[in-house]
Amino acid sequence: MPKPHVYLLAALIIALGISHVSDKIDPYHLDVLTGIGINIILAVSLNLVNGFTGQFSLGHAGFMSVGAYAAAAFSLFLGPQLLGSAGGTPFQQGCLFFGALLTGGFFASLAGLLVGVPSLRLKGDYLALVTLGFGEIIRVIIQNVEFLGGALGLNGIPPYTTIFWVLAFVALSVFVVSCLVNSTYGRGFLATHDDEIASEAVGLNTTHYKIVAFVIGAFFAGTAGGLYGHFKMTITPTGFDFTKSVEIVVMVIMGGMGNTLGVILAAVLLTLLPELLRPIAEYRMIIYSLLLIVLMLVRPQGLFNFKLGKAKT
Amino acid sequence: MSEFLQQLLNGLSLGAIYALIALGYTMVYGVLRFINFAHSDVFMVGAFIGYYLGKFVPENTVWGGLVVLLAAMLGCALLGMIIERLAYRPLRGAATLNVLITAIGVSLLLEYSGQVFFGATPRTFPAVFPSANYAFGSLVISSNQILVIVVAALLMVALQLIVYRTKIGTAMRAVSLNPKAAQLVGVNNDVVISFTFGLGSALAGAGGILYALNYPSIDPLMGVMPGLKAFVAAVLGGIGNIPGAALGGLLLGTVETFVNGSQWSTYKDAIAFAILIIILLFRPAGLLGKFTVEKV
Repeated sequence: MPKPHVYLLAALIIALGISHVSDKIDPYHLDVLTGIGINIILAVSLNLVNGFTGQFSLGHAGFMSVGAYAAAAFSLFLGPQLLGSAGGTPFQQGCLFFGALLTGGFFASLAGLLVGVPSLRLKGDYLALVTLGFGEIIRVIIQNVEFLGGALGLNGIPPYTTIFWVLAFVALSVFVVSCLVNSTYGRGFLATHDDEIASEAVGLNTTHYKIVAFVIGAFFAGTAGGLYGHFKMTITPTGFDFTKSVEIVVMVIMGGMGNTLGVILAAVLLTLLPELLRPIAEYRMIIYSLLLIVLMLVRPQGLFNFKLGKAKT
Repeated sequence: MSEFLQQLLNGLSLGAIYALIALGYTMVYGVLRFINFAHSDVFMVGAFIGYYLGKFVPENTVWGGLVVLLAAMLGCALLGMIIERLAYRPLRGAATLNVLITAIGVSLLLEYSGQVFFGATPRTFPAVFPSANYAFGSLVISSNQILVIVVAALLMVALQLIVYRTKIGTAMRAVSLNPKAAQLVGVNNDVVISFTFGLGSALAGAGGILYALNYPSIDPLMGVMPGLKAFVAAVLGGIGNIPGAALGGLLLGTVETFVNGSQWSTYKDAIAFAILIIILLFRPAGLLGKFTVEKV
């Protein structure tokens, strides 16, 4: 078996192991761990778009919201019919939740395709703006859809998210993204990032690569949204606004764009930081924004990127 | 028919404000080729300068209002130049993405510092200008609407004169056309860029005051939506093109006001982005822009 697959299997077994002892872990720590896991999925998937492919997207929270709503709707509206009034066995619930997450991912990647096909012909700041705009449009549409709860949001989502599912999807997203970019096919993402014109000149279809990156990134953002919804049990359209997108972007930039390990570390750090800084919570976003500016001025290759001289900016 | 005229008037006065903000985006894009995300927050700071100064000048007088307007423009011009000096100038020549990220950082810094220092709760903007309503048949025009349109028109004429009739304006156009060549013929690019930021930010400050007079509830995040829409307006008219920004602002303000008055009013915030996406797909250079081919 190839090495990455061994890692994936090992990670899944570890996840299963942790979930067996999860009732012995302090619930607060478990919550923080869940939050970290969800943020890692978001950051790693955005890294595929922003880091490896070099397309600056500011709408990741929009895809997350599509996934969160689709997954929540799946388990809220289809769940009672599939499981019966008794609620089903834990195994059945697990299957339902897996289905819900895949549904969330599917709808998010559909949204990614819808957004990507027209907007990926644009570059740089235009693309950033258009993805931001799409994020806002998604929010406005959800606010206007009656059966998704409108501006009040969806409540009473069953709390299916366990530490196993979170860790499993973290492993899966890291596995898919790293295998993808390290494959022969995946060199196209890096080529698109390095020099779009040159890649086109040697016959790569850069639009194709951008759209694939976008769709896969959106898929995992959608599953992260599904995990988030079944973890918080309530979701509102405003919970997935521009600020959330920026938070994910900061993780990717801090980790060093296109550096999966660094991005994971940054996601861990930036999820823990607000917990530790709770007394000065109102300064959190000021610290984030200063961090962005100072990083760009002093260390544009990212905080956790140690491959000096090879830094891609 | 009179309802149509009324909406058109409301739309034009909103559009004039969008146009003022859009001019700042367009000018900075012209000389530096990047989107100054922080511009919308300079607009917010302008409104807050007006809020704090408004306590010191007598209310409902023309000269008091003008003092507030000029002070906000001056304050914002300074702020814009400081931002350029500290955040953007060290990055001159860096990758576009880095500059873009820095701009987003500056924007967030202004917004969240505003929330901490000004407070996040909305404030009521003082009535610094005398206000009255004039009725023409069933058409109602407020003095604030007239003020917005007149001030915006005057500022745009002044801008046009600066850009086309003065030495520094010529230098601005030279830098916009080709920064390296401009430097070779003796233009000090740093001075020109700094001046451009000052000029654009002053217009944003004026926009902030005019916006706050018409929508007198201000908070640190008030700049986000008008800023984004003004950017859309700049793209709609053709970014880097000054008359285009004015045209785009007026068009966008009008369209938005009509949507707001229709049954789709809850989609009002989405319409600007829909326009942005359509324009970028079918005419990426904007209505008045020139299409250029990327050269290697």
